[in-house]
Amino acid sequence: MKTNDVILQFTAKIVFFIIFLFSIHIFMAGHYTPGGGFVGGLLTASAIVLLILAFDLKTVQTGFNINYRLLVATGLLLAVGTASFPMFVGEPFFTHFYDYFELPFFGNTSLHTAMLFDAGVYLVVVGVTLTIIQSIGEDE
Amino acid sequence: MNLVLAIFIPLIVAIVVPFLYKSFKHIHTGWFVLAVPLTLFLFYTSFIQRVANGETFSDTLHWVESLQLSFISYIDGLSLLFSLLITGIGTLVVLYSIFYLDRTKEQLHNFYVYLLMFMSAMLGVVQSDHVITLYLFWELTSISSFLLIAYWFHKDASRFGALKSMMITVFGGLLMLGGFVLLSIMGDTYSIRELIAQAPVLFEHDYFTWALILVLFGAFTKSAQGPFYIWLPDAMEAPTPVSAYLHSATMVKAGIYLVARFTPIFAASELWIWLVTATGLLTLVWCSFFALKQTDLKGILAFSTVSQLGLIMSLLGAGAMAYHVEGAAETVFKYAAFAAIFHLINHATFKGSLFMIVGIIDHETGTRDIKKLGGLMSLMPLSFTVAMIGSLSMAGVPFFNGFLSKEMFLTAMLSITEFGFFHFDTWGVLFPIIAWVASVFTFAYSLYFVAHTFLGKHQPDQLPKKAHEAPIGMLVSPIILAVLVVTIFFIPNIVATYFIKPAVIAIQPFLYSTTADIDVHISAWHGFNTELLMTLGIFVVGFVVFMTLTKWQHHYNKMPNGLNFLYDGMMTLSDQGMNRLSNMYMGKSNQTYLLYMLGSFVVLVLGTLFTQGGFAFSTTHTAPVRFYDIVIIAVLVVGTLITIFTKSRLTSIIGLGVVGYTVALFFVIFNAPDLALTQLVIETISVALFLLCFYHLPKNSRKENRMRFQVNRFIISLAVGATVTIVAIAAQSQKLMPSISEYYKETVYSLAGGGNIVNVILVDYRGFDTLFEIAVLGIAGIGIYGLIKLRLDAKGKEKKHAENK
Repeated sequence: MKTNDVILQFTAKIVFFIIFLFSIHIFMAGHYTPGGGFVGGLLTASAIVLLILAFDLKTVQTGFNINYRLLVATGLLLAVGTASFPMFVGEPFFTHFYDYFELPFFGNTSLHTAMLFDAGVYLVVVGVTLTIIQSIGEDE
Repeated sequence: MNLVLAIFIPLIVAIVVPFLYKSFKHIHTGWFVLAVPLTLFLFYTSFIQRVANGETFSDTLHWVESLQLSFISYIDGLSLLFSLLITGIGTLVVLYSIFYLDRTKEQLHNFYVYLLMFMSAMLGVVQSDHVITLYLFWELTSISSFLLIAYWFHKDASRFGALKSMMITVFGGLLMLGGFVLLSIMGDTYSIRELIAQAPVLFEHDYFTWALILVLFGAFTKSAQGPFYIWLPDAMEAPTPVSAYLHSATMVKAGIYLVARFTPIFAASELWIWLVTATGLLTLVWCSFFALKQTDLKGILAFSTVSQLGLIMSLLGAGAMAYHVEGAAETVFKYAAFAAIFHLINHATFKGSLFMIVGIIDHETGTRDIKKLGGLMSLMPLSFTVAMIGSLSMAGVPFFNGFLSKEMFLTAMLSITEFGFFHFDTWGVLFPIIAWVASVFTFAYSLYFVAHTFLGKHQPDQLPKKAHEAPIGMLVSPIILAVLVVTIFFIPNIVATYFIKPAVIAIQPFLYSTTADIDVHISAWHGFNTELLMTLGIFVVGFVVFMTLTKWQHHYNKMPNGLNFLYDGMMTLSDQGMNRLSNMYMGKSNQTYLLYMLGSFVVLVLGTLFTQGGFAFSTTHTAPVRFYDIVIIAVLVVGTLITIFTKSRLTSIIGLGVVGYTVALFFVIFNAPDLALTQLVIETISVALFLLCFYHLPKNSRKENRMRFQVNRFIISLAVGATVTIVAIAAQSQKLMPSISEYYKETVYSLAGGGNIVNVILVDYRGFDTLFEIAVLGIAGIGIYGLIKLRLDAKGKEKKHAENK
């Protein structure tokens, strides 16, 4: 008999967004409060894992048509790029820059190049976790 | 011309030999090679007059200047004499090999490349003034001799002989290197001349005895002295030109050269005199005795070579005594070094010719077995004449050069009895007796060699080939050497002036300032004295030994072949013993290796901690213990115990999860929110992965068993735990400097523009680490992906069905 996971699937759809937004929050807030790219990435990955549990790999793959290995590469490139950029402007490797800007809508906000590096970490963590889970899951 | 270049000429020519061999198939490659030793011989002859006048020559080619490594070619009487022997006999041997080795059947390019390589090496050994390059060339002679002995590498005996000679000579060579290094440390110079100049200082040094013994090891192994002679008889599997060249005239004399060269440094020592004299004399008598056992012609000559080298060696030892005596006695020991060099020349001439004759007999009759030969005198008259001259010279019969040096040898040995130092007044009386006995056997085997080959009855049915005289080209070289044998007898004093006296100056520089001071005069007739009586005795008794040979020769077979047995036993033992040893600790399971590692960790860490006094215990830095801490620790311990002692794997995994989450709690109560977050998520993922592994275990290994209790593992685990605890306590108890974290606290906002100190450290202060940690993650992800997706069959090709999916 075919089981009907309607409650699970419905809840998962809702909860996915909550976890995803929370992970973005954790990632964004990392520089001032606990969190950062690593935990943020793990939480994003676990949100997707939740969908995989509720539905199945194929369905989720059609939904998120992402090559996670490419995500790893992108993350690493972003991290290395952020780290080596200062060398082109005569600063040592891995110098970060930050300043406060008057942005429309956000108001007075600080922007930090460490964020870009953290984004690289985030992408790598998401990519690696899902690469592992997906390749193990697909295996017979 | 540059002297150093002259050393390398054979090596340079060796490069083009294979091309000559391939391009000129119809000309024997030896003809091209012949020019090399001949040119060098003529080049070195141009020095004779000047060296005899007391001049020396030297040339330097810098190699590694910062390490003071350079090729220094130094020509004095000793090295010139050896250089002339090497190139002169080299010329004759190459000429002989042209007729000996067949152009169409043999790999001539290999042969001549090895031979030229050897020639360079040998010239380098005798001319080097730098101990390190001397060692370099020394090993090159070992290697090229190894290649030459195994020239017919398809024969088992050749390979065995080559390996044996390699093992023994390289063993000695390496010890000699140790001696050289000690010498250069003692004298603070690599130059042999400079070392000799400060010989009295070296004698006082602590390393002196070690250097002496190590250098002697090199000399004795190379010259086949003492127990190390065993490689030489086995090296007779080489082609005969090689035996004639390397194993009679040149390489085996490298050890003699070394002893002669270093005599000025070491002669002050009692040990040197004893070792050199006694070893030489014992080798002389032992090997002359066993030469009579041999039935292979080359075997006889091999043992004869070793015993003659022993004779030269003992003379050098006696020559070193001149250092310790003064006045009238001094002249007698001056004699010894003179006799050593004289016999060295004589031996090179007669032994070279004898080897070549053996090669001719082998070539023309197909065998070297003395039992099958006989009656060849009328068939091979020229070879017989040469063999006769060589043997009689070897036996020490008048009208041949061997007689003169044999007389001088007896004189020197008789004089040892008058040497009053180092217990020679009690033991010295043995020396002339041993020398006399050895000479008797030498006389006997010389007769045995000639008589059983050329005299007696011809046995044509025993011989593989029909015996006939060799082509004249083959006979040229032995005839030249035989002519020298006779000539030297009649003009010994000319030879002495030009060759021996300059060499003696190099050996005994402390006795003479110019060659004119050496007042030794060789005379064939030296009056009625003890030596003459001894010689007559040698002839009579030697003849009796020879005549009764058949009656007692079979007794040899009852004697155990001790030294070879020892060598073979040692080789097998080291082979099997090492195998057994490595089987004892290798090839075990990973657990055993883990025990080794952890065990050595405990021993090393605890040992260092307590021997260096690193342990301390203090409570000044400890924080107060809170209630939560105790509760969480209790949970942690329970989780750990469950993980270890449970029967089921599933419980173990859950226990591990308990441990992980408790650690996360620890992070919470110790104010590490980032760590707690990460630890929670990571623990969840890893427990999920463990469960995955558990699910996929093979059915038959899913039996639920408690972990087996093993005492050794238990002890090691306890010890590791205790070690880590002790180290942690010791580290906590002695904080030597304040933490750097104050700086982070102060600058996290002002410099880095952040609030979360952990994250700022991760991405800003120490972003470098993070960069490579995410690289590690990426590698792990790709690795797992590859492990799962890429399925190759045993041949490394991708499996078909895996592709389709």
